[in-house]
Amino acid sequence: MEKSLDLINTRIREGNARVVTADRVPGIVEELGIKGALEEVDVVTTGTFGAMCSSGAFMNFGHSDPPIRMERVWINDVEAYAGIAAVDAYIGATQKSETQGIKYGGAHVLEDLVSGNSVHLRAQSRGTDCYPRKTIEIDLLAEDLNQAVMVNPRNAYQRYMAAINTTERPLYTYMGTLLPNSGNVSYSGAGMLSPIPNDPEFRTIGSGVPIFLCGAEGMIIGEGTQASPGNGFGTLMTTGNLKDMSKDFLRAATFTGYGSTLYVGLGVPIPVIDEDILRRTAIRDEDIMTGIADYGVQGRDRPVIREVSYAELKSGMIDIGGEEVKTSSLSSYRKAKEVACELKSRIENGRMELSLPTRRINPAVIARPMRDTVHTPRVREIMNTKVVTIYEDEEISTAAKRLLRGETNHLPVLNREGKLVGIVTTFDVSKAVATTDKAKIVLDIMTKKVVTTSPGEAVDIAARKLEKHNISALPVIDSQGTLAGMLSAIDLGKLFEKRWKA
Amino acid sequence: MKLHVTFSRKGVKQPIIAHTILKTGVLINVERAYIESMEGEVLIEVPDKDAALVSATMQEAGARVKVMEDSVIRDESECVDCGACISVCPQDVLSFDDNWRLVIDGEKCILCGKCVIACPHNALSLLQ
Repeated sequence: MEKSLDLINTRIREGNARVVTADRVPGIVEELGIKGALEEVDVVTTGTFGAMCSSGAFMNFGHSDPPIRMERVWINDVEAYAGIAAVDAYIGATQKSETQGIKYGGAHVLEDLVSGNSVHLRAQSRGTDCYPRKTIEIDLLAEDLNQAVMVNPRNAYQRYMAAINTTERPLYTYMGTLLPNSGNVSYSGAGMLSPIPNDPEFRTIGSGVPIFLCGAEGMIIGEGTQASPGNGFGTLMTTGNLKDMSKDFLRAATFTGYGSTLYVGLGVPIPVIDEDILRRTAIRDEDIMTGIADYGVQGRDRPVIREVSYAELKSGMIDIGGEEVKTSSLSSYRKAKEVACELKSRIENGRMELSLPTRRINPAVIARPMRDTVHTPRVREIMNTKVVTIYEDEEISTAAKRLLRGETNHLPVLNREGKLVGIVTTFDVSKAVATTDKAKIVLDIMTKKVVTTSPGEAVDIAARKLEKHNISALPVIDSQGTLAGMLSAIDLGKLFEKRWKA
Repeated sequence: MKLHVTFSRKGVKQPIIAHTILKTGVLINVERAYIESMEGEVLIEVPDKDAALVSATMQEAGARVKVMEDSVIRDESECVDCGACISVCPQDVLSFDDNWRLVIDGEKCILCGKCVIACPHNALSLLQ
């Protein structure tokens, strides 16, 4: 069954559209079934309220007399980007004040303007024939600006990696304070109330769709920067009129040791046009998974300690390696709910009609990391490809002989299909011989949980695996799943050899 | 109950905590202490029923005693109930109620100040 957008908009105009917040949908669907719920629900409102660093606003200050082409612009000592037309500038939320530092940033300028406070504009120029003026200083209110248009390149993250710190010192990050020794877990996102998890195929969320943005009626421009919906990290680029925004849904913030950011209240209304959409909006916190990344590792690819659902994160306590660890959010679930409720009431009162995307967002896109120009050594460059192996059903004495002949301490164990199923070491064989055990074949004594690497893995990561698991060799498995070689601690020495030669 | 005790070397001649424990027989738990050459500040925990006695004994000995209640002060106009303060607190002072609103149990506070640093909205401060 389907329901047309026209019908939904007619109901909105007549003031009898049935609107529910996204957190209520699972209960309604459970009670009425999909068909029954489709008749009951016209619109599902979503909401999120959290730190969205990728936020800012374009402003047009109007021309002074004599006119100036502003080359550099500061608002309350926070620099705005002025490399655009004469009296336009873009102020970003994370830009810090040149006098106050991170305590006051672009986000605070936006909050001041929205709150009706005046801000101090300072601009300079080299002066041209058409724009002779070289400097200007003036106090302005939001209403003095021709335009103040918020444009957020990357908002409304579908979900976000939670953060933990396994090192021995506290870390001060954009994920807040991370206590040492895995002392806490910090997460962000409203889970089932967040916009994208309610429509991950982007059937109703896309370019031109009206949204709630910091109290104003805004719009989705399209795919956000760094969007990666193909692996569950979609983002949206959004816009709205700053002059219509309210401090209730826009707040400046500063993360100690990191910088300033803007808390943005954002809600997307989802017209329930068919059963598929309704089924998607019935998503629960239990269904939304994310990882807990170790921010103690100072690299791009932080190891994930464990997978976790938003339901677990919101419970306030989760289990990490057998210990209870407190969790807390950076985003406000109460305010997210407030956004969804406010959006609901605006639609119910006929103040906001809905539309479908004028251009669809591709749900399969995956963001790539920066193209590496610096060579980082890969496992394939130093691995040993002459590998001595053994089958799982061969006798232990055969294994002993092969270890001796092969002058190695590790024998990868294969099944008769040629797949890696285990590993035996000289230690395993000696132990089997020393203890008069019933063990006869390799299968009885091999280690079945094998830590492996791949030819394309960075040697640094493989080395970390050796260290972490306290082992001295890793079987290398290629993309077809076959054994391509072995990487032993001894092979790591080749790296230094190469370095000296170079 | 937590008591905040301040004293100066001039006013207080004897080891004040030992003196109070011996005189009252109350078990005092010292949670934080800053002792300078001329003055000191101690945060102690005592059973609720003994608080008045301990307080009186210490005041007789020349110390100033304040009952710790609202140790963490929240600026309601700045707080957005994000919860960034909750997991950094070693004493479970901060938590959410059923409506995801931040609640503060100031009596448990040991004035470590971790929540103040963690708050992105500059909404928390400690009782001076």
